[in-house]
Amino acid sequence: MPRIASLFFAVLLCLFASMALAVLWQSVNSADAHASRVAEAHMSQASANWKEAHPVIIRKPSGPPRIELAGTDPQGRTASVACSTCHSVRQANLENKAAATLDEFHQGMTFNHGNITCYACHNPNESDALRLADGSSVAYENVMTLCSQCHSKQADSFAHGAHGGMNGHWDLSRGPQMKNNCIDCHDPHVPKYPKMIVGFKPKDRFNEPSNSEHQQEGTAAHDKH
Amino acid sequence: MTNTEPNNTQQAESSANRSLPIVENFTRRAVVKGGFATLGAAAFVAAVSPLRQAAKSTTAVEFMQQHYTELSPEQKADVIARLEAETKEKYGADVTIADDRPIPGTKFVYAINLSVCNGNGKCVEACHKENNHDRSTNQSYIRVIEMPKGTMDMEKGSTTYSGIVPKDDKFYLPVQCQQCDEPPCVEVCPVKATWKEEDGIVVVDYNWCIGCRYCEAACPYHARRFNWKQPEVPSEELNPDQSYLSNRVRPVGVVEKCTYCLHRTRRGKLPACLEACPTGARVFGNILDKNSNIRWILENKRVYILKEELGTKPAFFYYFD
Repeated sequence: MPRIASLFFAVLLCLFASMALAVLWQSVNSADAHASRVAEAHMSQASANWKEAHPVIIRKPSGPPRIELAGTDPQGRTASVACSTCHSVRQANLENKAAATLDEFHQGMTFNHGNITCYACHNPNESDALRLADGSSVAYENVMTLCSQCHSKQADSFAHGAHGGMNGHWDLSRGPQMKNNCIDCHDPHVPKYPKMIVGFKPKDRFNEPSNSEHQQEGTAAHDKH
Repeated sequence: MTNTEPNNTQQAESSANRSLPIVENFTRRAVVKGGFATLGAAAFVAAVSPLRQAAKSTTAVEFMQQHYTELSPEQKADVIARLEAETKEKYGADVTIADDRPIPGTKFVYAINLSVCNGNGKCVEACHKENNHDRSTNQSYIRVIEMPKGTMDMEKGSTTYSGIVPKDDKFYLPVQCQQCDEPPCVEVCPVKATWKEEDGIVVVDYNWCIGCRYCEAACPYHARRFNWKQPEVPSEELNPDQSYLSNRVRPVGVVEKCTYCLHRTRRGKLPACLEACPTGARVFGNILDKNSNIRWILENKRVYILKEELGTKPAFFYYFD
């Protein structure tokens, strides 16, 4: 009986000890968590300050395009005109989608941007500006507002640096960051990113594909056997 | 009779001993000895000749230089001044070698959008120029691997593709140092010439590296490069904006690697490969900043970690739109 009593006492002691340990552990952990929260708050405050220090500059298109006139004047000078030079006196064909169905100008152009009409983006009432889906006018400089109406996913990624090239600084407390706009990379009429040609190559034979001639010789020799 | 016979034989033996051509025998042994001694000496000279060459190219000061982490600020200044003078002498270019240290509260992370990367290789070229790589070998810290669609096994890809990209049945996987949180390359270094700094960048002290290339073998991303020869860079092409642990001209026979362009990024700038990328596939930032681009990507995109199963914990992520 006394042996069982001492055993009972030992078990009780262990129970108390483990409880005390658990409490201690929790308090340590919460202190850690508190510290990290404080650090994080400090961090975000700091980053908020960084944002103020230098801007993220999004390059803007230079403005409404100018159309180069064919031919030169007697002095050999070329000239360019605004869109409105012609379009202010011509009837807009709101249905037109392709270059082939145009009767006079812009016939050499290619369009491959979904199945939309010219006047989905160009403004029939104000030809030196673009047009949003609600019919309101938007300047060529702010073309990204127009693109973002349909390509909101890309616009969201762009806003978080996950779409589109940039240069400058990652740390805005030390310098600004410059970002491309949509039409720096995507031709609005043929927006698919163009194919490229590989230029620079390291003289590196990492996983060089085995020569096909050699392989053929190998199989031929194998067949003979 | 029985007594005399052994005497006779002894006499006969002794006479035979006297008549042995002792002198000739000695000469033969000497010749053999001499021959081997000569061979041994020649072998020794051949064996130590790299040392003699090393002595020619290494000054006593350079030989006695301490490990980077043990240098005092004054010693560091001396080392940097010496390296700048050496670059001037060997390459004829005025360069500044800075000692860029981690920015407190930063942990650098890289991400690449594999939905966008088209394998054009501009990042490879930018790295080559920025980091003063050997011109004749087109060395670079980045490899772009052309991969068959449907696998992420980088051993199935190829780096020797050319022509028009992207090809329809391929995708492109740029691989460079992943700045692992558990870097196997650091583990295996027998002389601690490579280590991980507070902002996550794994660096090499090129003056401490012995060129054993263990790290190169240990890296599952094939991210380390060995300088087989003294890098040749024309003086007008040498990037003068250098850092001790980064893009200063490396000596022959040491291992080097991507440092996330620490001579730029520790001054707040973006890495050279990111700025060169025409597709905007590359994203760089500080993961400790809650508002950073990189945090948004990790929280909102489908993210892939290369060879995650190895437990190297890369600070480098691939993502998809």
